[in-house]
Amino acid sequence: MLSKRIIACLDVRDGQVVKGINFEGLRSAGDPAALSRRYNREGIDEVVILDVTATIEKRKAMARTIHAVAQEIFLPLCVGGGINDEAHADAAIEAGADKVSLNTAAIARPELLTALARRYGSQAVIVAIDAKREGGGFRIYVRSGRQATERDAVEWAREAADRGAGEILLTSIDRDGTKSGFDCELTAAVSEAVSIPVIASGGAGTFDHFVDVFTAGKADAALAASIFHYAEHAVADLKQHLHERGIPVRMGRWARTGGAEPSA
Amino acid sequence: MSIALIDYDAGNLTSVRKALTHLGARFETPAGPAALAGAGAVIVPGVGNFEVTAALDADWRRAIAGVLERGGLLLGICVGLQWLFEGSEEAPGVPGFGALPGRCRRIEHPDPAGPADGALFKVPHVGWNSLHRTRDSWVLDGVEEGDQVYFTHSYAAPVGPECIGSTTYGIEFASVVERERLVGMQFHPEKSGDVGLRLFRNVLDRMAA
Repeated sequence: MLSKRIIACLDVRDGQVVKGINFEGLRSAGDPAALSRRYNREGIDEVVILDVTATIEKRKAMARTIHAVAQEIFLPLCVGGGINDEAHADAAIEAGADKVSLNTAAIARPELLTALARRYGSQAVIVAIDAKREGGGFRIYVRSGRQATERDAVEWAREAADRGAGEILLTSIDRDGTKSGFDCELTAAVSEAVSIPVIASGGAGTFDHFVDVFTAGKADAALAASIFHYAEHAVADLKQHLHERGIPVRMGRWARTGGAEPSA
Repeated sequence: MSIALIDYDAGNLTSVRKALTHLGARFETPAGPAALAGAGAVIVPGVGNFEVTAALDADWRRAIAGVLERGGLLLGICVGLQWLFEGSEEAPGVPGFGALPGRCRRIEHPDPAGPADGALFKVPHVGWNSLHRTRDSWVLDGVEEGDQVYFTHSYAAPVGPECIGSTTYGIEFASVVERERLVGMQFHPEKSGDVGLRLFRNVLDRMAA
């Protein structure tokens, strides 16, 4: 059965992870490569690097970070944050990203999605949508949530999929940072509207929030940052929690052999 | 023995290169079919539409067949696996390599109404799914029933005698195939964690043997 994916997000500035590092025991917590190595060991399914500086002069430093993380994991690696043209996407992919995520630039120039999908395949093109509940709908905001648009999340998700996007990374601005749970209504509305996978983001505070977004929210994957820093083994513990509640997830071999030591 | 990683503009090869390097493989990217003369093994990667394989023209096919005839090994990944078959309904006018019988078809749920539990059934098939071992093969050494690997595709190959591992998503399809020196993987071993690296290593070990 197809597993629900658990994705760790690393918000990176100047080569360091800047958000949600609360795990003091881990000396190298701020190092994206060290953190990726730990998540990989704990069973993360995918990693997203979000460049929160995203200025042209810092792109070279970002390429080094992408390369360093890519050397640690043999898992899908997505890079986003300020990608606004083909050259920038090329640089991220050349450095080791399997997928690039586009947000503001995709709304401004939707043809960029088509161009990148032609070049790299749809599986490499993710559209990031930041949405906020307004007037009974879900209004899209761009520029890191600072600027409102006239676009509706469900309608834009459909168009983005038609134009070649392979996945949607959907963040609830209302829930982001609140730890009060994913916006399951928003997630389900978008997920039902498109045939491509929807990654839910924003609001993860407890393991049960993931159960909710995979059932009521109909999400294909869920992304979080700080929740995974709280304790070592958080990723493994989350997967065990989901597994026990009947949500299909990729487990380590120990889970399928009744606790026996892994053989490889 | 050198491995030829074919770059025919079917997606980005950075991850495949990274995995090969990590596993200590010596490989090069041949400039054209003529450069395959000295290759001991061939890897045909590929993402996207089956139509991209049209770039593997008659000269490439002859050169790749030549590697097999000289006792070399051929590994097809993702669209590269599909290319080993006769063709795909995704691009009916583009013939496959035709070494394996059958054509690739679009993934669909057996019930047009979708899963009985009301869950969404999406195509493409994206994410981690499990391998069911259908037959013993050296390719699957160290791989256990139910191990998961990373997929991203909309079309899939039929389960035939050469199928050694199958995966079920709506339909059951061939996710790993092997016939002597011909190997195909529908998933991405380079993005499938330890299980993917093990599968890659099995093939590389055989390439070097």
